[in-house]
Amino acid sequence: MSVAKPLPHDAAPLHVTGQARYVDDIPLPKGALHLAFGMSEEAHGRLLALDLEAVKTAPGVVAVLAAGDLPFANDVSPSPSPEPLLATDTVEYIGQPLFLVIAESHLAARRAARLGLAEIAPLPAILTIDDAIAADSRFEDGPRLYQKGDAARAIAEAERRLEGSLEIGGQEHFYLEGQAAVALPQEGGDMVVHSSTQHPTEIQHKVAEAIGRHMNSVRVEVRRMGGGFGGKESQGNALAVSCAIGARLTGLPCSMRYDRDDDMTITGKRHDFRIDYRVGFDGKGRIAGVEFVQFCRCGWSMDLSLPVADRAMLHADNAYDIPHMRVESHRLKTNTQSATAFRGFGGPQGMLGIERVLDHVAHSVGRDPAEVRTLNFYRDVAVRSAGSGKRFGGAHSPIRAEFETQTTHYGMPVEDFILNGMVERLRETSDYSSRKAAISKWNASNALLKKGISLTPVKFGISFTLTHLNQAGALVHVYQDSSIHLNHGGTEMGQGLFQKVAQVAASRFGVGPERVKITATDTGKVPNTSATAASSGSDLNGMAVQVACDAIRDRLAVFVAERAQADPGSVRFEDNEVHVGSERIPFEKVVLDAYQARVSLSSTGFYATPKVQWDRIKGQGRPFFYFAYGAAVSEVVIDTLTGEYRILRTDILHDCGTSLNPAIDIGQIEGGYVQGAGWLTTEELVWDDKGRLRTHAPSTYKIPACSDRPEVFNAALWDGANREETVYRSKAVGEPPLMLGISAFLALSDAVASCGSGYPALRAPATPEAVLAAVRRVQA
Amino acid sequence: MQVRFLLNGETVEVDAPPTRTLLDWLREERGLTGTKEGCNEGDCGACTVMVTDEAGARALNACILFLPQVHGRAVRTVEGVSGPEGALHPVQQAMIDHHGSQCGFCTPGFVVSMAVGHMQGRRDHDDVVAGNLCRCTGYAPIVRAAEAAAKAKVPAWMSDEVPASETVSYAPETSDELAAWYQAHPDGTLIAGATDVGLWVTKGLRELPEVAFLNRCRDLQGIDDEGATLRIGAGVTMAALLPVLVRHHPSYAELVRRYGSEQVRQAATIGGNIANGSPIGDNPPALIALGATLHLRHGSGRRDVKIEDFFLDYGKQDRRPGEFVEAVTISKKATALRCYKLSKRFDQDISAVCGCFNVEVDGEVVSSARIAFGGMAGIPKRAAAVEAALVGQPWAKETVETALARFSDDFQPMSDMRASAGYRLETARNMLVRYFHDMAGETVSVREVRA
Repeated sequence: MSVAKPLPHDAAPLHVTGQARYVDDIPLPKGALHLAFGMSEEAHGRLLALDLEAVKTAPGVVAVLAAGDLPFANDVSPSPSPEPLLATDTVEYIGQPLFLVIAESHLAARRAARLGLAEIAPLPAILTIDDAIAADSRFEDGPRLYQKGDAARAIAEAERRLEGSLEIGGQEHFYLEGQAAVALPQEGGDMVVHSSTQHPTEIQHKVAEAIGRHMNSVRVEVRRMGGGFGGKESQGNALAVSCAIGARLTGLPCSMRYDRDDDMTITGKRHDFRIDYRVGFDGKGRIAGVEFVQFCRCGWSMDLSLPVADRAMLHADNAYDIPHMRVESHRLKTNTQSATAFRGFGGPQGMLGIERVLDHVAHSVGRDPAEVRTLNFYRDVAVRSAGSGKRFGGAHSPIRAEFETQTTHYGMPVEDFILNGMVERLRETSDYSSRKAAISKWNASNALLKKGISLTPVKFGISFTLTHLNQAGALVHVYQDSSIHLNHGGTEMGQGLFQKVAQVAASRFGVGPERVKITATDTGKVPNTSATAASSGSDLNGMAVQVACDAIRDRLAVFVAERAQADPGSVRFEDNEVHVGSERIPFEKVVLDAYQARVSLSSTGFYATPKVQWDRIKGQGRPFFYFAYGAAVSEVVIDTLTGEYRILRTDILHDCGTSLNPAIDIGQIEGGYVQGAGWLTTEELVWDDKGRLRTHAPSTYKIPACSDRPEVFNAALWDGANREETVYRSKAVGEPPLMLGISAFLALSDAVASCGSGYPALRAPATPEAVLAAVRRVQA
Repeated sequence: MQVRFLLNGETVEVDAPPTRTLLDWLREERGLTGTKEGCNEGDCGACTVMVTDEAGARALNACILFLPQVHGRAVRTVEGVSGPEGALHPVQQAMIDHHGSQCGFCTPGFVVSMAVGHMQGRRDHDDVVAGNLCRCTGYAPIVRAAEAAAKAKVPAWMSDEVPASETVSYAPETSDELAAWYQAHPDGTLIAGATDVGLWVTKGLRELPEVAFLNRCRDLQGIDDEGATLRIGAGVTMAALLPVLVRHHPSYAELVRRYGSEQVRQAATIGGNIANGSPIGDNPPALIALGATLHLRHGSGRRDVKIEDFFLDYGKQDRRPGEFVEAVTISKKATALRCYKLSKRFDQDISAVCGCFNVEVDGEVVSSARIAFGGMAGIPKRAAAVEAALVGQPWAKETVETALARFSDDFQPMSDMRASAGYRLETARNMLVRYFHDMAGETVSVREVRA
């Protein structure tokens, strides 16, 4: 079977030879035009006038549009709250598009865009979390609240108490391919759009509104993205809509891509947070109750901030069974870029909150944080697959308590917990205890450099929390030459989704994956798709493809069984052959015969995730189909004179259920870890006091480079099937490994803690400057 | 400007404006879209191409490489890294086999960097690809691929013949020609590696009406051993300087190893780094600590200045219109020289603080001290008050502690996106503490520590 094989990425031969085509690589028809935005240089103000004369007369300029020139909707919002494509009477951040230049070349458009003059009467700008709290500037009426038990009382009655506050910076996606779109006008006003987007259906929807057509006039195609990470869930709307408007106006193809500096200045990033906490616990570090107040900086537009902030609340327990918990969430509106989806979607911030609490508690009781973590874990639940049922009372039976309900602070039973076993294994394979001891010894004999180590777990909820998004469609054709054409609603951004899904399709037909052609995502083939997001790509689309393939396969089975006078249920598809009775017929022959016998060889497939039901206002229900788990041990060294550091070694054990493709999954894990560690270490976004982003290019914004990966880097898969009925019992893997990077952050905290007796209270990102400040703090 | 070069083995002739970048031309005119634009400023490596001239093959960023700079050279893009009939280069095959690509957008740039490294037998893979950013893989599988491909034979098609080329008016062949041109065009722009000027064009959208390209001035590219000193031509690239520094000044070499990236070091010249007068250039502090002499030329006239006297004020150097940096002379021996570069990231990052120390001790007493910093003032600057507190004193912890108090006399740094003023001042001080421990033979760098 093709599933579970470590096959390379389907496009790898195209990647390495430069043949893989991205939006800006598509050859454009003659006369194609290029677009660029003129941007606001004020963070907040009344837009009094736009003087675009110099723009209009600049070389190569074909047209210039301001908000008033737009023919239909001026809205690119992914949420119910409007978000103008071009500013109308108010500007709300530095970088906000004010006007659109249509020119004969990319360079001409960029040059002209700088010639616009905007008269803006400044208004007070709300830039920081503190500004927003002071001005009560927010996106929902008041804070959201999820809770279980009575946290205030549990804390008051606890043996010991702590409180603290954690600053968590945002993160730029830094997809290597910037935002890009192309619109090709068709007959009768129809539009074909190529977009680097995770959400083709939303592009279709927004483009249709912007050109005054129904969705059936717009077809969106996405072959691949050069990275997405959430940054292309909603942020591509503005470019695709602009191109469509330009194409409608001029009748010519229009192309738009952001220069990197413009991309970073215009588009949203990960939400930065401040999390205040209070915790009550006993002398061993067992937590009785926790209260969190999460302040989430959402930027100027609502975008996807509400579900992001919800997910931060939903991950405030991470892996810990905390009897009393209260999570209060404030969604703050500021005059900065619209914070948006980013791998983990709020989960990482919520999880870092509780991991900080565990670290702080362990420091307070003077115990190894890894032990305090284990002490607070949910209980493992034995996997019960068919035939492995256990009776109570036997010598090897689990104790009855394992089957008593344990629930999260939002009332969801935790039925699949496996971290006790995983962490035990990881402690062994990483040699955690002896390394921890060796580090203490090393630190005692080194004055300037200090080492630290940390083991942190991940429990990440899988499903869109907006329940209706948990659906997917697929379209599969088997041609008469037995080649298979595969299409589904998911998009490929490098995560290997297409290969995994092709492996599923090949396995259903019992053929090799080379027979399956993976085709570009196309709103004309599969409609009403959800964004490829929330790690859901292979869960949803894999299942939809399986359904579609099975429909065709079952027709073939009926057809051959009838000829052979056999039971269709006994027909098997294996090794490029169809087994019926004692006969083995080549797959090609069965397909050709079926075609000639007028059997339909095409089918759609549809899947809706079962079991999920969620009330986000009450904060009660089952938002997730299941949880994905992982754990990491990171060892670091810091320099107490400058705060510089390195990650020396990382060991990871991660749960992908029964992996659809172990090589692709390991790739997600290694890459996710480094991206997560980058978020919490060198990736610092800096705005000045005018609200201007000062880190708007790779010269100033530092994602990890090659030598920043851990020098020793061991990533392994936990071998265990998903207890829920997912595609081949696999688990989602896109987002969860990012949060393994928290272990690097807390290893830095551990190293800092060895410099004195105080608690480091390290802020994120832990730049060298932040590490040095924490060293001074614990020494004080 | 008429430009003639080999592109993937075929001769091409182009008439291009001086600031047309190779990247834009490849993508827009030739349809060679394998070479990607990731940042348009030489910081991500997605546009990496291989350029061969008499000095051999090198990896360069095509986004800040102007077409006239490749006149008379051979260019190989990712499309040309594969062989005739599409045969894969060993690096390409290894990247497939070891899962080195995910989204694939950075991959062509990696492949070119790795193929050049492979050709040169390099095993320092982290340095070879330090200028290539990948956001998907976490780099581990890419390094595995580089290791796996290391032993494979270099395919024959990778060796480009350097094409014969005629002289061109925009690129003087000698420093005499350059001197004459610059004297006649004192408002013109000299372009050496274009690692800075490139951004004036790609980000500043400036047009440069009068330019001279220096890469064909061979007599500016030599390093002359003059016995006790080395005379380094202004056109020597940082990559060419590196092996010489490894022999004579290992700590300065380590600074240069972290200077930009492979692609940047292969383009950037020491003369450009000095002449541009940036307060955060990494060479000047090291050169000041070494007591280097700068050789300036104007027409046929020449003069020497002490390098620290060249930097007058922010954006202002002791350089007359039409005058250019011809060379810099440094001592070959300075066993006490230590250079410390502090930035958020180790590789391919601009220094928040760059501190270079050269304190000589005679017996127990400090006989001389040359200490200079980048990132601490509007210019690369000597720490005169700190030096004064050290000279004549015993080389001891107490002396160092006394000297720490003098840093604020020398420097009032500023806060920006790289670091706060307070952090800059504190770490500058701490670098002196580090230097004291370093000279005592202690391990002072986190880069030397293993798990």
